[in-house]
Amino acid sequence: MDKLKILVVDDEFGIRSGIKRIIEKFEVDYPFMDEAIGFIVCEAETGEIAIEKIKSDFYHIILLDNKLPGIQGVDVLEYINEQEIDSKVIMITSYASLELAVKATRQGAIDFVPKPFTPQELRGSIENITKQIFLKQMTSKLQKEGKHIRFQFLSLLSHELKSPVNAVEGYLKIIKEQKNGKYVADYMQMIDRSIDRLNAMRGMIMDLLDLTKIESGQAKRNPIPIDIGEVAKNCISTFKPMAIQKDVNIYLNYNTKIIYEFDVNDLEIVLNNIFSNAIKYNKTGGRVDCTIREINDKVEIIIADTGIGISKEDQNKLFKEFVRIRNKETSKIPGSGLGLSIVKKILENYKAEIILNSEENKGTKVKIILTK
Amino acid sequence: MKTNKTILLADDDFDYLFQTKFRLETAGFAVITASSQKEAEQLIEIGGFDAAVFDLMMENDDSGFILAYKTKKSNPDIPVIISTAVTAETGYKFNTDNSWIKADVYLEKGVESEKIAEELKKLLKIKDNG
Repeated sequence: MDKLKILVVDDEFGIRSGIKRIIEKFEVDYPFMDEAIGFIVCEAETGEIAIEKIKSDFYHIILLDNKLPGIQGVDVLEYINEQEIDSKVIMITSYASLELAVKATRQGAIDFVPKPFTPQELRGSIENITKQIFLKQMTSKLQKEGKHIRFQFLSLLSHELKSPVNAVEGYLKIIKEQKNGKYVADYMQMIDRSIDRLNAMRGMIMDLLDLTKIESGQAKRNPIPIDIGEVAKNCISTFKPMAIQKDVNIYLNYNTKIIYEFDVNDLEIVLNNIFSNAIKYNKTGGRVDCTIREINDKVEIIIADTGIGISKEDQNKLFKEFVRIRNKETSKIPGSGLGLSIVKKILENYKAEIILNSEENKGTKVKIILTK
Repeated sequence: MKTNKTILLADDDFDYLFQTKFRLETAGFAVITASSQKEAEQLIEIGGFDAAVFDLMMENDDSGFILAYKTKKSNPDIPVIISTAVTAETGYKFNTDNSWIKADVYLEKGVESEKIAEELKKLLKIKDNG
């Protein structure tokens, strides 16, 4: 953060230079801030000069004496208010009456430092206001970033949902115009592809619902001690048909009961996503090895495949939303591009770690580490 | 109906590639396809096509622009069509007068897929029915 600019408006030279000395040596910081906030001090000996300076320059904080030779401090305050200038005003005055305090507060002064004040009193007031300014800046910055991320997500989503609609519409138009022959059989390939794309789109919508539930914290988690191996066994049996179709064998390597507190639903989503990838992106005749083991206070779930693998470059993108690695091998494999984002979000809730190792054409190994 | 013209077609959506190829072949063109920017770059180097149709977003958000640039560099007379869904999503209209974007025509993906053959015939100055 840059230095904050402070304007001191006082007709007494001694006060101005005193304040300047105190503040220019002063810094404000929060434990979580990278660097402390410092100050630059400018001076004005009358209200008229102050207004000129305010017109040409922005000051974060204005220290304003009320008793001035020409126009009064409250008049300067009124000007700042009318012009809707976002400066924070601290009134410094030796004739602090209740009436003035009320008037100044109504005009938007946010603090009152009665003269004579100690350096500590001045620093205290400056510190409070600086923190307010800092937090306000951070909040608006974060809000903007949040909106930006949301916008990115929505434009990606619309793009991803439109692709299957376009694909199916394209096939339907060709069929309608009977471009490939008179019989339904002439269009079987196009019809099959349309059904595939629609199924993939449905999958994406389901994944999207999962992701929204997890992100909004609405998914009710009910972590209970479960036998990890049993859950894995169930998942594997659901994937049997898909594995047979791809001619991929799945092996489960686990002997003793390993109990861990996990929501069954969550664990199923995690394992299903990883198993599904391990089969989908495998080669004909390939294998998937699932190992579950306990090492000291950690439980490891390792799912390794002998598939097409992922290049180093693509590995970095994997856990982002809607990322699908597109190449010759993957072009016909349907997927939402959301699976690994979901896995990552769920595992974050359990403070679990996920490590992915992959080599192109050799295979991919995913390791999940749960800490007891 | 044969045109003796070959079209280079690049798109990372398998179905879009299939459909466009189908439509262009029906319209009498020979078609060579690429399913990524990388593949298309190799085909541009080899050459031997009369016009090109590129998807804008493949591995990179601007893959189509890069391919258009490379095509025009190898032969400025080859017409290039960029098909994109970006316009509908962002409302951003491309201007073909922009000299740095080396494409001749922009087509809205999905909505205007059928028009590609027509546009290519215009660009290659092929007359229907003699």
